[in-house]
Amino acid sequence: MMDTLHITSPIEAEVIEKLTTGTRVLISGIIYSARDAAHQRLIQALDRGEKLPVDLSGQTLYYMGPSPARPGTVTGSAGPTTSRRMDIYTPRLIALGLRAMIGKGSRSPAVREAITKYKAVYLATTGGAGALLARSIKRVETIAYEDLGAEAILELRVEDFPAIVANDIYGEDLFEQGKAKYQRERK
Amino acid sequence: MRQIEARVITQTVARLCQEANFVLGEDIVTALRQALETEESPPGREVLSQLLENARIAREEHLPLCQDCGTAVVFLEIGQEVHISGGDLYTAVAEGVRQGYSQGYLRKSMVRQPFSARVNTTDNTPPVIHPEIVPGEQRRITVTPRGSGAENMSRLAMLKPGDGKKGIIDTVLTTVNEAGGNACPPLTIGLGIGGTAEKAMLLAKKALLRPAAVPNPAPEAAELAAEILARVNNLGIGPMGFGGNTTALAVHILTMPTHIASLPVAVNLQCHSARHKEAVL
Repeated sequence: MMDTLHITSPIEAEVIEKLTTGTRVLISGIIYSARDAAHQRLIQALDRGEKLPVDLSGQTLYYMGPSPARPGTVTGSAGPTTSRRMDIYTPRLIALGLRAMIGKGSRSPAVREAITKYKAVYLATTGGAGALLARSIKRVETIAYEDLGAEAILELRVEDFPAIVANDIYGEDLFEQGKAKYQRERK
Repeated sequence: MRQIEARVITQTVARLCQEANFVLGEDIVTALRQALETEESPPGREVLSQLLENARIAREEHLPLCQDCGTAVVFLEIGQEVHISGGDLYTAVAEGVRQGYSQGYLRKSMVRQPFSARVNTTDNTPPVIHPEIVPGEQRRITVTPRGSGAENMSRLAMLKPGDGKKGIIDTVLTTVNEAGGNACPPLTIGLGIGGTAEKAMLLAKKALLRPAAVPNPAPEAAELAAEILARVNNLGIGPMGFGGNTTALAVHILTMPTHIASLPVAVNLQCHSARHKEAVL
């Protein structure tokens, strides 16, 4: 049976130390969605020396762009997108204080290095489980870049949002570990 | 001469776009259930149970299985004895996509300029349409929404004839390995072997429409598919890349003759959300 930790976002610095690779977490609290286009704009804003529309210090980003909510519902389908595409922007955001990221798939060496250096965490969740994950999202508010539609930055209140620690401050990687354990043929 | 109205094509495409996004095929549901029995890794099993639960919620609540409702890829088999009236075929299909994605609250993911402004077309058009003219009065429409997670990890290899079967297997293993968790395993792997570069890729995509558990009718292709499936599942990638012995649920192969100097191999990866629905009009 897998260990499960209930954690609150924003995630406190001391909690980060307990989040070791392979630990299953249920996240409650506030997280922010941002994917490709929003990341690009955040970085452009930083390049121009502007203040970001949301202070990312200590916060959690979820790489996600939902399907539209039906009338009377909180959100449409809301699963993670591929984190790798955000890798070129991420080390800079981590250096600015971003503490946690939620997405799918593995990260670049540069992101992993930033995670250990600045004590952050990368949480993986199940891609293509958007209908299931939507159930853990209790409130959605657009807070920046509304013109980007599905790529706008949303503030999400989540309850028991399921994820698994993929990259921890100790430099471990879930994808490498998992593969090493079950691999029967090298490629 | 058989008549078919463009408006019927529009309605059908609109319905199929929604069904494909809400209802996971029974073949995949069965394959996921079987994988849950045999998967060794605890996080892998957790992912598989989540996917089964996700499929149930999506079906019951008409929520998209995945927020990436995809590029609408539409295969058309139109008999040469069929006449389309009341509009042109491609406009009718595109209108169906527009209506389906709007009515179903599906995410619109198409951007107009691939390498510059990338402004959303707001209605998920244009679709990618693959028409095929067939004998008789056949009228079959298949809609397969293609999420980018798996599509982005697909590959074409123009092998040397001498690379043979080993070359094909290596190409698939390398592709799946590089995709890792990004392509949302457990995968269905579509292989197009032979023809030319573009034809091989189209065969690979078409192969993905085959039902999961039905072996290839050609013994040679069936044998190759079985070997590839076993070896892909030896890679250890597992559900969502968390480790495990379920990296793929099925491998489907379509082949055609090729040039004396060529061995094109196209690998089109399909995530676990293997969405496709068809209608015969």
